[in-house]
Amino acid sequence: MIEVEHLTKRYGRTVAVDDLSFSVRPGRVTGFLGPNGAGKSTTMRMILGLDRPTSGTVRIDGKPYRELDRPLTRVGALLDAKWVHPNRSARAHLRWMARTNRLPNRRVDEVLETVGLSGVADRRAGGFSLGMSQRLGIAAALLGDPEILMFDEPVNGLDPEGILWIRQIMQRLASEGRTVLVSSHLLSEMAQTAEELVVIGRGKLIRQCGTAQFVDEASGATIRVRTPQVERLRGALHQEGIEVRDEVVDELPTLVVAGTSSERVGEIAAAQGVVLHELSVQRGSLEQAFLQLTNEAVEYHAHDGATTGNEGTDR
Amino acid sequence: MTLLAVERIKLFSTRSPWWCVVVAVGLTVGFTALMSGFANEQGTVTVGFTQFSYQFGLMVLMVMAVLAVTTEYRFGTIRTTFQTAPNRAAVLTAKALLVAVLAGVVALAAAFLSFWVSDLLATNSDLSLSGADAWRNVAGTGLVAFLAAVLSVAVGILLRQSAAAVTVVLVWPLLVEGLVSLIPRIGQDIQSWMPFVAAHHFLFGGQPDSAEAAMMMGMSDVPYGPWAGIAYFGAISVGLFVVAVITASRRDA
Amino acid sequence: MSAVNLISAESIKLFSTRSPWWCNLLAMVLPVGFATAAVLSWPTDVPISVTEVQMGYQFGMMLVLVMAALAVTTEYRFGTMRTTFQAVPGRSSALLAKTALVAGVAGLVGLVAALGSLGVASVLHPVSDLGLGTADELRAVLGVAPVFVFSAVIAVAVGLLVRQSAGALALLLVWPMLVEPLVSVIPTVGEHIQQWMPFVAADHFLRGERSMIADPVLSPAMALAYFAAVSVGLLAVALVVARRRDA
Repeated sequence: MIEVEHLTKRYGRTVAVDDLSFSVRPGRVTGFLGPNGAGKSTTMRMILGLDRPTSGTVRIDGKPYRELDRPLTRVGALLDAKWVHPNRSARAHLRWMARTNRLPNRRVDEVLETVGLSGVADRRAGGFSLGMSQRLGIAAALLGDPEILMFDEPVNGLDPEGILWIRQIMQRLASEGRTVLVSSHLLSEMAQTAEELVVIGRGKLIRQCGTAQFVDEASGATIRVRTPQVERLRGALHQEGIEVRDEVVDELPTLVVAGTSSERVGEIAAAQGVVLHELSVQRGSLEQAFLQLTNEAVEYHAHDGATTGNEGTDR
Repeated sequence: MTLLAVERIKLFSTRSPWWCVVVAVGLTVGFTALMSGFANEQGTVTVGFTQFSYQFGLMVLMVMAVLAVTTEYRFGTIRTTFQTAPNRAAVLTAKALLVAVLAGVVALAAAFLSFWVSDLLATNSDLSLSGADAWRNVAGTGLVAFLAAVLSVAVGILLRQSAAAVTVVLVWPLLVEGLVSLIPRIGQDIQSWMPFVAAHHFLFGGQPDSAEAAMMMGMSDVPYGPWAGIAYFGAISVGLFVVAVITASRRDA
Repeated sequence: MSAVNLISAESIKLFSTRSPWWCNLLAMVLPVGFATAAVLSWPTDVPISVTEVQMGYQFGMMLVLVMAALAVTTEYRFGTMRTTFQAVPGRSSALLAKTALVAGVAGLVGLVAALGSLGVASVLHPVSDLGLGTADELRAVLGVAPVFVFSAVIAVAVGLLVRQSAGALALLLVWPMLVEPLVSVIPTVGEHIQQWMPFVAADHFLRGERSMIADPVLSPAMALAYFAAVSVGLLAVALVVARRRDA
């Protein structure tokens, strides 16, 4: 269980994380979603006690990270796969980590086996491909067999095979009852792995809810209706307090209805004896919707990206 | 010209060269001011005295010159550089020239500022920049810094690694050249032919305070004149640079 | 978290990359090489003193400074310091373990360099009665070990404060080799200030009357204590800063 309460981090005038509160529960993969620069990595570093919060607290099973005894046995994390000395072998890297937390050398061999690096364990980590580095990072996270795991953008830059492997390992870890927090800037990726989402933008919490629910809301499903009796149906829907918009689709006049279900529209039409030529649910693109939702919260807009830098937060 | 412009953009778009420039001037002038303040009572401030702390600036500028090369290797931008301009000799010469000119100008500024500050503080001494020897002492630091920067760029190209290159360019002039003289009998003869000793001789040789300056480096009489000294230093710098360029042209980037 | 485990973890780190091996090897070879050159060019019929044989210790000391500073700054450069702090969130205990290991290795290196220099000199120059008979001789030889130990502590502290290889090395090399010797050039007060410079004090401890201090206030033993106090003080500051700062 990770509990984040009123977490804030300022760098000078820039607010990286702004009064953020959420909790991550065991037994499921929780996605930590937000556009680049939203404060995901900073939050994760504060969870691990690496960065000092300007205010607010983080508790791991009720305790601040810095008070954990043998922390690698409680929390495993992969924040950056490149945090390895390039001239050190993968085995040596894991061995010194194991030693700090009094873990047996046997664990090193076990996790190397788990991630499939046993064959290259004595080669220098600097020569590893991105996929191999990522595996080494996951081995390091698993080293202490911790109950809580955190991964920062673990699939970035990986090939499809690597992405699949990471997804599987995260789901397996959650099914073993562990707490898994994974960050990403891609909703489509999170939709595939995470059961629950913590969505942030510009350091602020936007939503914490189930993935399916978020996807439904974010994609803002609309209903498209075509009928020869446009005026009649519009009047009936208005009377029920349902919002209606006129559009022209394929050169045909069409009503677009939001905030209700297709069943309800069908029932209203039948009650009024209106003939329907089309009644269909329209889902927008997920990424489109996600962008819309976090839009005000995005720090760097593509069109004025060059000038936003530090002023980003003043807008 | 384009290559020079490119190197200029690269050099000044990061912070560390700026720091090096500020620290080089600050340390040299600051230390001279400190010395002159105390020396004033005794009325012993000479032109050479105002330049004794040139080594502070020189060391910092050498570190800057080394980093101009090694940071490119560290961040992999040297590959981009060689990709945009495959003639490696031309690129590296442009870089060396730019860094060396910068080092020379900064050292000159530090030298004249030092002289000026001393002149202000040492009211009891009669300081004046007259005669070829005095000018060689003050303006000469610019030439020494120029050549030392070329040498440092060469070391950077050869070693490609900040820690090692910085250690070499600092330990060599500050420790190796000094300690060599302690070897009995042959030590002092060897030391006369050490490059930074030759450069030091160029600045202070034949000056009124040459004995005191020589003591600073722990050096004894050298068998050549000041201008031969700088020619020798220049030959070594340029020679090492040529070796470095040939090595870089043959090596995988 | 037990100190033994943390020191053992640090030793895996230190010895699983190449540069510490090179630095330590050179730190032993260069002083011995210097002693060899000195003895070979010394007249064969005039005795050479132990202090003169040990002159090359400065080479070793510079390399020990480099080794100790890099042990810290490479961790910052490659991000493994964050991994270290993740594994040992108290930070100080991990950093103290690193300091202890690096300083211990430096001490051993100093001992080998000093005894090696002495051994080579006595073999190559039998006329000299080189030994560890007097207090001065003992200090000049065995004293290299504590001087290297505290030099390493200073370098670790500077590495923690600067966090960046080039900057830390420039500071650590220019300070003892240029700033401290040049201080004596300042008229009136220079020589008085100079003996309170830490590396000059260490030199005074090793070489006693032969050091560059004309009129020492501190005895050689007190000079070492002073050098140690400076290094430990600097380390304490560095630990406080490292605990407070974002990793």
